[in-house]
Amino acid sequence: MPFEVQDEGGRSRFRLHGRWTVAEAAAEGPRLREAARAARGAVVVDAAGVEAMDLTGAWFLRSLERQLRDAGRVVEWAGPRPAQLEFIDRVEAERDRIPPAAPESPAGFAGILDHVGRAVVQVREGGLDLLGFIGAVTAGYGRIFGSLRRLRFPSVVRHVYETGLTAVPIVAMIAFLIAVIVAYIGAQQLRKFGGEIFVVDLVTVSVLRELGVLLTAIIVAGRSGSAFAAEIGAMKLNEEVDALRAIGMDPIEVLVLPRILGLVIALPALTVLADAMGLAGGALLSWYLVDIPLGQYVERVQGSISEMTFWVGIIKAPVFAILIAMVGTLRGMQVRTSSRELGRLTTIAVVQSIFLVILADAIFAVIFLELDI
Amino acid sequence: MAAAIEIRGIVNRFGRQVVHDGLDVDIRAGEVFGIVGGSGSGKSVLLRTMLGLQRPASGSVRIEGREVANRPERELLDVKRRYGVMFQRGALFSSLTVQQNVELPIREHYPMPAPLLADLAQLRIGMVGLARDDAAKYPSQLSGGMTKRAALARALALDPAILFLDEPTSGLDPISAAAFDALVLELQQGLSLTVVMITHDLDTIFRVCNRVGVIVDGHMISGTLDEIVRNENPWIQQYFHGERSRALRGRAVTDG
Repeated sequence: MPFEVQDEGGRSRFRLHGRWTVAEAAAEGPRLREAARAARGAVVVDAAGVEAMDLTGAWFLRSLERQLRDAGRVVEWAGPRPAQLEFIDRVEAERDRIPPAAPESPAGFAGILDHVGRAVVQVREGGLDLLGFIGAVTAGYGRIFGSLRRLRFPSVVRHVYETGLTAVPIVAMIAFLIAVIVAYIGAQQLRKFGGEIFVVDLVTVSVLRELGVLLTAIIVAGRSGSAFAAEIGAMKLNEEVDALRAIGMDPIEVLVLPRILGLVIALPALTVLADAMGLAGGALLSWYLVDIPLGQYVERVQGSISEMTFWVGIIKAPVFAILIAMVGTLRGMQVRTSSRELGRLTTIAVVQSIFLVILADAIFAVIFLELDI
Repeated sequence: MAAAIEIRGIVNRFGRQVVHDGLDVDIRAGEVFGIVGGSGSGKSVLLRTMLGLQRPASGSVRIEGREVANRPERELLDVKRRYGVMFQRGALFSSLTVQQNVELPIREHYPMPAPLLADLAQLRIGMVGLARDDAAKYPSQLSGGMTKRAALARALALDPAILFLDEPTSGLDPISAAAFDALVLELQQGLSLTVVMITHDLDTIFRVCNRVGVIVDGHMISGTLDEIVRNENPWIQQYFHGERSRALRGRAVTDG
């Protein structure tokens, strides 16, 4: 947007030439404003030499004109006023007819109150959402037990496959490795007391009671909790959930219940696998580190556990499964408008389900302690 | 008039299915060109080819004399500054406000201070008939018509010479569609744009387009609206003389 300012005996002449387009705007804009401030007397704008002018160029010219007029100068055009300026005039005139809306949130102290108020309402809505969801799920299962035909069996099988079978390699691998780590550290410490044989007790009890089920639940929360939230969320964005409702199908029954049921089946099964792999890891390390042969290992395992040890671990699995599946599906159902919400709620689903799993595990620990199991 | 877009011998195929089989067309500077064709006739593929998003199997696309087809996207930046695209469902970035959506292309191509950027974005948002307050809204808060307008504002962000519109009035009620047609015409004349639009809306074709190109069997038959309406091709006959079209033109005659 090149231009020169010539002083013509009390008048300033802005002689414009070259290209006046968006490409030159950033570099030349401030210079134009500066020149307008420095101009003397009446101003003549001569746009005859301009090669190309786009809307941005025209907008700069119009700002120049307005800036000068606001400062009380007389502005004249050497030739006709470029048509693009007229166009912007029309746009702005049209726009000023629309009155601006009142600001959404007030400023200052009132703004803080406004913020707090909104947060409280949001918490209340979140709580009601959760209660409503739990209620709908419970009612849904009530209906299913009323008539088993309502249970979508193929869907349940699909979710058992997706959340259970496909997770087998990773769950097996992690359970095995964790048992190896526990055995390794245990052997190192117990050797100081000459009690290496207790490595077996350590691995067996910790894997069966805690580590097997807890690690499995955390892996599944990461894999399937996020998948539930993302799948259902994408369906919400694509209006598929509304379509279900319009057809007369209950989205809770179609989307949520099979996922919960599928995970309730898959997670205990995965836990059994994790327990077995953990014991296998313990056996390997016991043989490798403390020279306990397999036969003696099995005997020692049987000696170290009570009847309840295995059940104390496995009983937690369905509870964890319900927590993970409920959080994942609820967050998915809460996606309403944008893809950004989808990402946010998927993240929340994973973080919350892992947190809830660990919290529930702590509560179980207290209960089992009180029951003396 | 010079050709703004010159397409020669475009061939596009997916597997065994041939979509375009040597398609030629010239789109002149300053005209409103409507692209018409049945579902699956390759309108969107043609648009993507013109934008340089789809590599044709052979043929050439020249925008303002510069070759687009078969060039890496990096080399197309100077061409991309010359056109703006409004996608069918808006394709507004849902994590950005309307204003940020409009600012994004400007900031990407021409770094400039934030207040200036905001002014230029506001100018474009005003141009498409959105209120000042709408600029701060997110795409999810907009109605269908407002989404189209916001998408148009983003398409106009770089002051393009050529504007591509993909089904600009689909999904709008007749009143909003008519208002949008009027807006496109007003902008086209006010900014001397070349407009290329894919549309099924006969109203829009009759009201806005100077020339029409019909994709039939992988080729394009183009001409003024009168020429096309008189064309002997059975599909075109069906399209322009079908029941819906007759009703429309009958009404136009009664109105006139």
